[in-house]
Amino acid sequence: MAYERKIGDTILSVDQISLAFGGVKALSNISFSVNQHEVFAIIGPNGAGKSSMLNCINGFYHPQEGTITFKGNTRRHVRPSEAAREGIARTFQNIALFKGMTTLDNIMTGRNTKMHKNIFWQALRFGPAEKEEMEHREVVERVIDFLEIEAIRKTPVGTLPYGLQKRVELGRALAAEPDLLLLDEPMAGMNLEEKQDMCRFILDVNDEFGTTIVLIEHDMGVVMDISDRVVVLDYGKKLADGTPDEVRSNQAVIDAYLGVAHDDAEE
Amino acid sequence: MFYREAGQFKTSYRADQGILTIVQDRFVIGAFAFVAFCVVPFFINDYWANAILIHVLVYVLAALGLNILTGYCGQVSLGTGGFMAVGAYASYKLITAFPEMNFIVAILMSGGITAAVGVVFGLPSLRIKGFYLAVATLAAQFFLVWVFNKFGWFFNYSPTGMIVSPPREVFGFLVTGPQASPEARYLFCLSFVVVFALAAKNIVRGRVGRSWMAIRDMDIAAELIGIRPLEAKLTAFAVSSFYIGVAGALYFNVWLGSAEPTEAFDINQSFFVLFIIIIGGLGSILGSFLGAAFMVLVPITLKTVMVDGFGFAVGAAKHAEVMLLGTLIILFLIVEPHGLARLWQILKEKLRRWPFPY
Repeated sequence: MAYERKIGDTILSVDQISLAFGGVKALSNISFSVNQHEVFAIIGPNGAGKSSMLNCINGFYHPQEGTITFKGNTRRHVRPSEAAREGIARTFQNIALFKGMTTLDNIMTGRNTKMHKNIFWQALRFGPAEKEEMEHREVVERVIDFLEIEAIRKTPVGTLPYGLQKRVELGRALAAEPDLLLLDEPMAGMNLEEKQDMCRFILDVNDEFGTTIVLIEHDMGVVMDISDRVVVLDYGKKLADGTPDEVRSNQAVIDAYLGVAHDDAEE
Repeated sequence: MFYREAGQFKTSYRADQGILTIVQDRFVIGAFAFVAFCVVPFFINDYWANAILIHVLVYVLAALGLNILTGYCGQVSLGTGGFMAVGAYASYKLITAFPEMNFIVAILMSGGITAAVGVVFGLPSLRIKGFYLAVATLAAQFFLVWVFNKFGWFFNYSPTGMIVSPPREVFGFLVTGPQASPEARYLFCLSFVVVFALAAKNIVRGRVGRSWMAIRDMDIAAELIGIRPLEAKLTAFAVSSFYIGVAGALYFNVWLGSAEPTEAFDINQSFFVLFIIIIGGLGSILGSFLGAAFMVLVPITLKTVMVDGFGFAVGAAKHAEVMLLGTLIILFLIVEPHGLARLWQILKEKLRRWPFPY
């Protein structure tokens, strides 16, 4: 991380979030904040509540308590589509692409919130609707170039290999030009080369577009290398938060990951 | 070998996103359009117009409508017959209440009315999916047909309960009523179908079409990237019902001339149109054309062959026809579940490589 980046003010702050499914407390009293242009990682053992946390941030789950402040708007409940319009984009742990559509169309859907010509113009196509479509196509082509997926532009995504699908999904999120990008295990199930590529893309996105990134990842090598700050969750509780070095030397974190001698095994 | 895009380079995104990007396609479709508009009208007679051409065209339009809803947006509907009835009755009320009204305007307005009805019956789709939605739309089918039977206002209190299309002219040519020439009626329907098919193609390859397909393929992910499910599903219902309404208006005014709801718009209509899009290809504009042609022409061909060719009795031929058609559909769906449109794609691939296996 040799280059200079300007870490800005807080863009997202999560305050005292609690989420329960019936009797299961998925998250209890979690607070942290993410600064602009930062790469922020959420880590923790399986079932720690990492994905639930992301789901709360982009409105898919509605926490029972606490608030989330994004770009100065404080709220607890938000509809996912509204969160997307505010500038939060995300990818999923299990790929959630539109399988029947081509790579190009999938990434174009990421631009949907920014296209405004109504259905009558679109039915006519000729004129304003086509002009709009071409403008957005250009943005999408830049994303395609950036992710080096030119060759699969017209391929239905259902037929693509896993690693490429992950990349297309990142492309769809990037096409929305988000301020905050949530990545749920972007490197799960990838081999070393694919992981390296993905790391490069994440860092480049952060560097070139200045996008704030919140990511969940299990590969500790990756997390410690690319993130500026890390928060550790375990059983819905926050164990620690800070720079990778601080977290690495935190006793509670070591206990959660490696288990403690006398108590129950965590894994 | 015959079908190759080698050497046809695109230099702009506009060219790359055209409908017919390959010269051979343009040639074939152009030839088809030329024959349909400039050759057929000189050879058409009443039998061809009524039994085959207008019959196919009306169902193409209805299939386009259902394909938008079911094929592109993934919302299964069994209410097609009911919505066609709305279009037919709306156009009947409009042209009898305002005899001065331009016939094209009346047809488009009845499409608009059907769209509004479609949106109302589409509201359950926000909560229920799949088979359950199909049952909800089935309710639309039965309810609408019942309404048109029950309330005399809809059929102007005619004693038979039938509605009869009064003669109307478009650009000085009579297109409805018994005196209308087959050429005029055929060209009228054909123009509607061509314009609406183009509009449908444009919609499905633009923003709205992509949001429909996103909802179809994965509705949760679609919502998380900013597509409002309410908006996407209801526009799909509206556009689809508009198409089906226009198809219903043409079906009644131009093709049948008179109609009675229990027979003309019953549940079989809904299934017929659903079969058309399944056999033609879900989520394909071309599929709507191919499916409609298949479902209309195959029974007629079977009947002609059996009665005229083998000298079967008409009644026996009718039964045999139903069985044969059913068998054909089943066989066909086993061989190619994605319909005729996919078959055409595979054929194009083969033509491209021929005579080499790869």
